[in-house]
Amino acid sequence: MTKLNDYDKAVETYEPVLGLETHIELDTKTKMFCGCSTAFGAEPNTQTCPVCLALPGALPVANKAAVEATIKIGLALNCHIAEWTRFARKNYFYPDMPKNFQTSQYEEPLCENGYVDVVVDGKDHRIEIERVHLEEDTGKTLHVGGATGRIHGATESLVDYNRAGIPLVEIVTKPVPGTGALAPEVARAYVAELRDIVRSLGVSDVRMEQGSLRCDVNLSLNKPGDEWGTRTETKNVNSLRSVERAVRFEVRRQSALLDAGEKIIQETRHFHEGDGTTSPGRSKEEATDYRYFPEPDLAVMEPSREWVEELRASLPEPPRQRRERLQAAWSLGDKEMQSVVNADAVDLIEATVAAGATPSGAVKWWLGELSRRANESGEELGALAITPAQVAELQGMVDDGRLNDKLARQVIDGVLAGEGSPADVAAERGLEVVSDTGALEAAVDEAIAANPAVADKIRGGTHAAAGVLIGAVMKATKGQADAGTVRQIILDKLS
Amino acid sequence: MSTISREEVAHLARLARLEVTDDELDAFAGQLDVILESMKTLAEVNTDGVQPTSHAVPLVNVFREDQPQPSLPRDAVLAGGPDTAEDRFRVPRILDEEA
Repeated sequence: MTKLNDYDKAVETYEPVLGLETHIELDTKTKMFCGCSTAFGAEPNTQTCPVCLALPGALPVANKAAVEATIKIGLALNCHIAEWTRFARKNYFYPDMPKNFQTSQYEEPLCENGYVDVVVDGKDHRIEIERVHLEEDTGKTLHVGGATGRIHGATESLVDYNRAGIPLVEIVTKPVPGTGALAPEVARAYVAELRDIVRSLGVSDVRMEQGSLRCDVNLSLNKPGDEWGTRTETKNVNSLRSVERAVRFEVRRQSALLDAGEKIIQETRHFHEGDGTTSPGRSKEEATDYRYFPEPDLAVMEPSREWVEELRASLPEPPRQRRERLQAAWSLGDKEMQSVVNADAVDLIEATVAAGATPSGAVKWWLGELSRRANESGEELGALAITPAQVAELQGMVDDGRLNDKLARQVIDGVLAGEGSPADVAAERGLEVVSDTGALEAAVDEAIAANPAVADKIRGGTHAAAGVLIGAVMKATKGQADAGTVRQIILDKLS
Repeated sequence: MSTISREEVAHLARLARLEVTDDELDAFAGQLDVILESMKTLAEVNTDGVQPTSHAVPLVNVFREDQPQPSLPRDAVLAGGPDTAEDRFRVPRILDEEA
C-alpha cells in the first residue's frame, strides 16, 4: 500500500518542480513522411505503404503542412524558429514501429525557447518552453491473451500500422519551479492553455479523450533552499482533470517517501484514471540506448525567415486575448469568466450564443446544470452528449414559456440519453408547460377546495401563503405548469 | 585492451533483441574492435571548423504537399508479415510495458 501524505502538509514542507511533455497529433490529411491517409477509424492496416511500413528502398519525404503547423505552434508559444534543423532516428526495437526506429528530432528541434503565460488564482505564471519538435506517431498494439488488453499476462500482440507515421508534435517545458501549492492547478492551466492555443491554430483537434493530445507529467520535490529533487515521469495522463490529480498524487506520494528518509527513484509511472493513483512502469531504455543519429534519408530543413514571417502573420487571435474580448461581450465578471474557463466552457458558450441563446442563458446552462451532470459522470463538459445548438434550442423553449427550468432539466435527461433534440424529447416525453388555462383553473379550484384554511389566509391578504396552493397545482400537473401563471390564477380567484 | 567490452556487445544485442551465445559475444567484440580501431584512423584527421556530414546530397527543404495517395491493399501488406490475426500483424509479446 502506497503511503500518502496529506496534500496541504506536503506543500508546507516541500516545493514541487513541474515539467510537462505534451504530444499533439496533427490533423494533416496525410502522414508525416508518406501520402497515406490519416483518417480516423479506418479498418486496420488499410492506410499503410512502403514508406510507413519501412519496406526496403522506400524513401520518406516530409509533409510541408506538418512542418508549417509545427512552426505555427512554435510561434504561438513565442519560440525561436530554427534557421537550420533536421530529423533524427530514435532507435528502439518494439513492434509499434516497423522501422525499428521513430523518426524524430534530437539536438536540432524546429522550435526552441518559448513561453506561455497562464493565470491561476488571479496570478500570472510563466511556463517556459524548452522545445517544440516534430516526429511521427507509432502503430497501435492490441495485447491479446491477457484479461485487460494490457500486456501483463498477454501472450502476443496484434499490430495495426494505420497510426504509424501520423505527424506528432512534442512540446516540452523547462522545469517549472515556484508554483508551490498551486502546482496541480498550474499544470492543468498550462495544458488547457496549450490545447486552446493549438486548437485556435486549427492544426489539431486536440481531443484528449481521443488521444490526439497526450500528456506526460514530470514532478520532483525539494525542501526550500535545497537542490531540486529526483523526478518521476507519469506517462499518458489523458484529461485535464487527470493532469491535476497526477500532480497532486505524486506530491503526496513523494513527500511521504522523503519524510520517511527514503529516496525517490527516477522512473516512469503509469496513471490510473479509476482512482487517480500512479504506479511504477517497467524500466525502459536510457536516452543513450536510443542511439539517436541524424536521419540521412530526409533533407535538412532551413525555414526561410520570409516563410516564418508569413506564418506569423497568419496566426489567429491568441486564446487569452479572445477570452478577454468574450468576457466583455458577455458582460461577465472576472470570477464568472474564470469559472467559464475552468469549466472549459468558452467554446461551448460561444457556440451556444452563436446558435441564438443569450449569453446569460448559455452561461447558466453550461455552468449550472450541465457542469453538474459532467461532474456526476466524471466527464469533460464538452464530452456531454448535448450540443451548443441544442442548449440554445432548450433556452429558446424556456424563453418562449414552453418549458420551465424543472421541465428543461428533464429535457436534458432525454437529450443526454440520446432521445434526440430538445423539441423531440419534449414532444416524446410530453414535457410542455400546461398553457391550457382551463386545465390550470380546474387544478387551482381543486387546490383551493382541498386547502380551505390556506385559501382564507390568501383572501385575508397573506399572498405568501399562495406557495402552498402553487405547490399543490404543480404536483397535480406533474410540474408542467408555469408557476407564475398559476400564482396569478390563484390570486385572481381569491381576491 | 579491446575498445569494446563483452558487456557492451551483450547490451547492444539486448537492445536489438538478438540472442547471442557466449562464443559469439567474444567473436563480435573482437570484430567490432577492428571496426572501431579503423575508425580511429579517421579520427586523426583535423576537422576543426568542418560541419559534420549527415547527408550525402546538398539538398534542403525537400517537402511534399499534403495530398493523400493510395495506400497498399491490405492483403499485400499483411502478406509481408510472418503471422497475422484479425487483419493485424501478430507478434510475440516483447517488452514488459503497458499499452
